[in-house]
Amino acid sequence: MTHPLISLFQRDLALAYKQRAELLQPIMFFLLVITLFPLGIGPGPETLQKVGPGVIWVAALLSSLLGMDRLFREDFQDGSLEQLMLSGASLSWVVLVKVAAHWLSTTLPLLILSPILALFLNLTEAMYVSLIATLLLGTPILSLIGAIAVALTVGLQRGGVLLSLLLLPIFIPLLIFATSAVDAAALSLPYNGQLGIIAALFLLALALSPAATAFALRVSQN
Amino acid sequence: MWKWLHPYAKTEEAYKLSQTLLPWFGISALIALVAGFAWGLLFAPADYQQGDSFRIIYIHVPSALMSMGAYSAMAIAAFIGLVWQIRPAFMTMIAIAPVGAVVTFVALFTGAAWGKPMWGTWWVWDARLTSELILLFLYLGVIALYKSFDDKQQAGKAAGVMAIVGVVNLPIIHFSVEWWNTLHQGATISKFAKPSIATEMLWPLLISLFGMAMYIGYVTLLRLQNEIIRREAHRPWVIALMREDKE
Repeated sequence: MTHPLISLFQRDLALAYKQRAELLQPIMFFLLVITLFPLGIGPGPETLQKVGPGVIWVAALLSSLLGMDRLFREDFQDGSLEQLMLSGASLSWVVLVKVAAHWLSTTLPLLILSPILALFLNLTEAMYVSLIATLLLGTPILSLIGAIAVALTVGLQRGGVLLSLLLLPIFIPLLIFATSAVDAAALSLPYNGQLGIIAALFLLALALSPAATAFALRVSQN
Repeated sequence: MWKWLHPYAKTEEAYKLSQTLLPWFGISALIALVAGFAWGLLFAPADYQQGDSFRIIYIHVPSALMSMGAYSAMAIAAFIGLVWQIRPAFMTMIAIAPVGAVVTFVALFTGAAWGKPMWGTWWVWDARLTSELILLFLYLGVIALYKSFDDKQQAGKAAGVMAIVGVVNLPIIHFSVEWWNTLHQGATISKFAKPSIATEMLWPLLISLFGMAMYIGYVTLLRLQNEIIRREAHRPWVIALMREDKE
C-alpha cells in the first residue's frame, strides 16, 4: 500500500491532468500579457531587453494568481478537504503535498515556456539562465505564500480579486530580488547574493507557510 | 501572571476598561497635540535650509512612525486573539486597522506635500515612500479581508492571520525596497539623510509624537467600544447600558 500522502499527491496530479484545458488558461494569459508589452512600449530590442525580466516576472506573478484559487477551492466545495482534515494526517503535510502538486501542474509549464519568452523579449543567454534560476527558486514561494491567502479566502463567494489584494504586496520583495538578479546577470555580474536571498525566502516560506495554511484552513472550515 | 488580564476576555469587562482609559487617552492626546503642534508650528525656530516648510515634520514624522506602530499593535492584538482565543483582541485589531490606514495615508500625503517644495516632485520611488505605500496596501488588505466575511468571529481570525503574515513580511519588504532603491538610484538616499535635529526642534516633535500615539489610542478605544456594542447588542448588559444612557 502506498503512503496516504503519496496517493494524495497522485490524486492531485491526476485531477490536474483531467482538467488540463483549464490549466492552460493561466499559461495563455502569461503569454498574452508578455505579447502586449512589446506592442505597448515599442519593439526596440534594447528597450525590451531592459524591461524584459521585470515584465516576465510581473506576468508570472499575475498568472500564478489566476491559477492559485484551484489549490483548495474545489476540494473545499465538494467536501474532500473536510475529509482530509478529519483523516488524522497532519494537515501541514497535506498542505505541503497539495502545494507541491499544484506547483508542478500550474507553474512548471510556465517555466518550460520561458525559452520562447526569452526570444520574444530579446534576452541574452546569461539573462535567460538567471531568469530560469530565479523562477525555479521563486515560484515555489508564490505557491507557498499564496496557499495561506487561498486558505483564508476559500470559503468566500468571490475570493478572486481579494486574493490579489492580499498577495501582491507580499510578493514585492521576491519581485525585487528576482529582477535584480537578472539585471546583474545582464551586466555579467555575479548574482549569487540575490539567489541566496531568494533561497532564504523559500526556506522561510517552506518552514512557516504549511502551518499557517493549515491554521487558515481550520478557520475557513470553522 | 495572566490572571489580571483574564477578565478582559469578556466583552463587558473590556468595555468597562476602555471606558476608564478613554478620558486619559483623550486628555493627554488633546494636551500633547495642542502643545506639540503649537510649539512646533509657531515657536520652534525655522530650518536654516528649508525655512518654514520644514514645519510639516511635526505632523509627518509622528504619523509615519505611528503608522508602523499601529501595525505592530494590530498584529500583537491579532496574535493574542489567535493564541488565547480572546474575542475582544480581534475587536481591538479591527478597531486599529482603519485608524492605522488613515495615519499611513496622512504620512504619505504630508510627505508628498513636503516633497513638492523640497525636491520639486510629489512622489519619488524612494525606499521609505515605497515601503510606506506597501504598508498602506497591507492595512487595506486586512480590512478588505475582514469586511468580506459575514461571520465576524471568523472574519477576525482570518484578518488576524493576514495581519501576522504582514508583520513577518514587513521587515523583508522594508529591506528589499531599501536595497532595490540603493541599487538603482543611490543618489536619492542622500536627500533623505537628515541633519541631526536641534533640541528646540526635537522637543515639540517628541511631544507631537506622544500626542499622536495617544490620539490613535483614543480613536481605537472609541471604535472598540462601538464594535463591542454593535456585536453584543442583544446582551442584557448592553441593553441596560443603553437604557442608562437614555435616562
